[in-house]
Amino acid sequence: MSDEFTTDELRHLARLARLALTPGELTLFSRQLAQFLTYARQVQAIDTSGVRPTSHPLAGTGALRPDQERPSLSRDEVLAQAPEADPAAGLFKVPRVLGS
Amino acid sequence: MKLESARAIAQAIRDGQASAVEICRAALGRIDDADRRLNAFRSTTPEAAVQAAAALDARPEAWADLPLLGVPVAFKDNICTRGVPTTAGSRILEGYLPPFDATVVERLARAGAVFVGKTNCDEFAMGSSNENSAFGPTRNPWDADRTPGGSSGGSAAAVSARLVPLALGSDTGGSIRQPAAMCGVVGIKPSYGRVSRYGLLAFGSSLDQIGPLATSVADAALALQIIAGPDGRDATCLDTPVPDLLAALTGDVRGLRIGVPRDHVEGGLDTGVAEAFEQALDVLRREGAEVHDVSLPHSAAGIAVYYLISTAEASSNLARYDGVRYGYRTQRAESLGEMYDLTRDEGFGAEVKRRIMLGTFVLSSGYYDAYYLKAQQVRTLIRRDYEVAFERVDLIAAPTSPVPAFRLGERLDNPLHMYLADVFTVGANLAGLPAVSVPCGLAGGTLPVGFQLTGRPLEEATMLRAADAYERASRFSRLSPQL
Repeated sequence: MSDEFTTDELRHLARLARLALTPGELTLFSRQLAQFLTYARQVQAIDTSGVRPTSHPLAGTGALRPDQERPSLSRDEVLAQAPEADPAAGLFKVPRVLGS
Repeated sequence: MKLESARAIAQAIRDGQASAVEICRAALGRIDDADRRLNAFRSTTPEAAVQAAAALDARPEAWADLPLLGVPVAFKDNICTRGVPTTAGSRILEGYLPPFDATVVERLARAGAVFVGKTNCDEFAMGSSNENSAFGPTRNPWDADRTPGGSSGGSAAAVSARLVPLALGSDTGGSIRQPAAMCGVVGIKPSYGRVSRYGLLAFGSSLDQIGPLATSVADAALALQIIAGPDGRDATCLDTPVPDLLAALTGDVRGLRIGVPRDHVEGGLDTGVAEAFEQALDVLRREGAEVHDVSLPHSAAGIAVYYLISTAEASSNLARYDGVRYGYRTQRAESLGEMYDLTRDEGFGAEVKRRIMLGTFVLSSGYYDAYYLKAQQVRTLIRRDYEVAFERVDLIAAPTSPVPAFRLGERLDNPLHMYLADVFTVGANLAGLPAVSVPCGLAGGTLPVGFQLTGRPLEEATMLRAADAYERASRFSRLSPQL
């Protein structure tokens, strides 16, 4: 990774992150991400050969409960939080998915 | 009645010196009065709070079993409260009314606490100054031109200004301890797995913990006791029983071994912070503790590792904010894809977008091994450093923050500079350890300084015993700002 991101690289990342960044944001983040990654390069100098990664502070699977049926949140209450929904049909509504 | 000690309030109600309704109205009045300046609260719930207090007043037969009888509490706005706005300081959750309570909210209510409001925070808990809230920064009660720290800055300011005696925050890299230090209150980050995260809006799932902020170690210990313990709704919440944390506060630290990571702590410290820290060590020595040097050789990489890992986790956790199920949706979209992209660009603030971009980068094909995996390996080394140190000492001491509260705006233009405010706090999150910040003086005679103690996993009792003994001997927790 070079010290700078190209605008194309940033656009690609924004697509992966599903963010419609403005040109101003692309320029700003390009500089700021490069600055952080330059700082973070110290991590690459540390010898980690044979070291297992830690993805989580807890060993094992955590505390599991019995797999029993229980009440869940009410569908109507959940749908009431949606920007757009069809409560009678029990559906969230979104803009057109296919074509343009 | 001063809104200072949770235990004193509960006792006063039990003794008939005050009613829960009177206490509740006093807290609501304080908030109305002081919060125009502080902006510590996002919302208050006056009707429901008075109703809950009245219900407590009507049930004296239950009082003996309610350790937080009538104690007004506030929750950071990233903790879900049924039917009460929960925004996490973000436009993208404007209007969201959670259909459920977080486990910690249920448990405090069951202990007799009265929920009075939600506190301001950095957006999705991403920040060290509360300036990343979409709803304006919170001001530090000790100096209104300064930040309260962050991201639980609203909770810290509310307790510091004595608007409520107790509040909950969340701590992913220091977000309880750092604002507690900067506002002169006590803040606990529990061991990872000690407290259920059910109902906490996730930021970094392997790092986040909910914890209390209070005006004394004993109040914070009591609150932790109540919120901690197994919860079938969070698989990362441990089955381990919680010891009696109040009984652990014996005031006796004789023979306790406290380690100071000198190589990590020295350099870059504000002189007022350095002085207060050394004086705190002297107090503990006088009380009979032993102070030893220890080494945490990989701690210098802590900030880099923390921001690589936490942004990766955040980029995944925040994928759920897509305008479909809750919160904000753009009005400009013609298609589903456009709706996602514009909703997220319009709904998230700059710091959140910056971190999502960084997290997306470190997880992306071609960079995963060099950044994310590497950071996870160094995380292992950081944990091992603590394990080695804890073979020789019982606790590790450091200043909570290298500097006292900084000025509003001072670090906003330079994200990396802001990130470095977390240099002494991220280690406990990366290693899953409990840590507490307790007030240890005023830098330059005006700004609070925090003393941080970090313990072995699940050894909150030892850590709080030392913090409480220090507090009794020093009494800095008693200082409160002139409003």
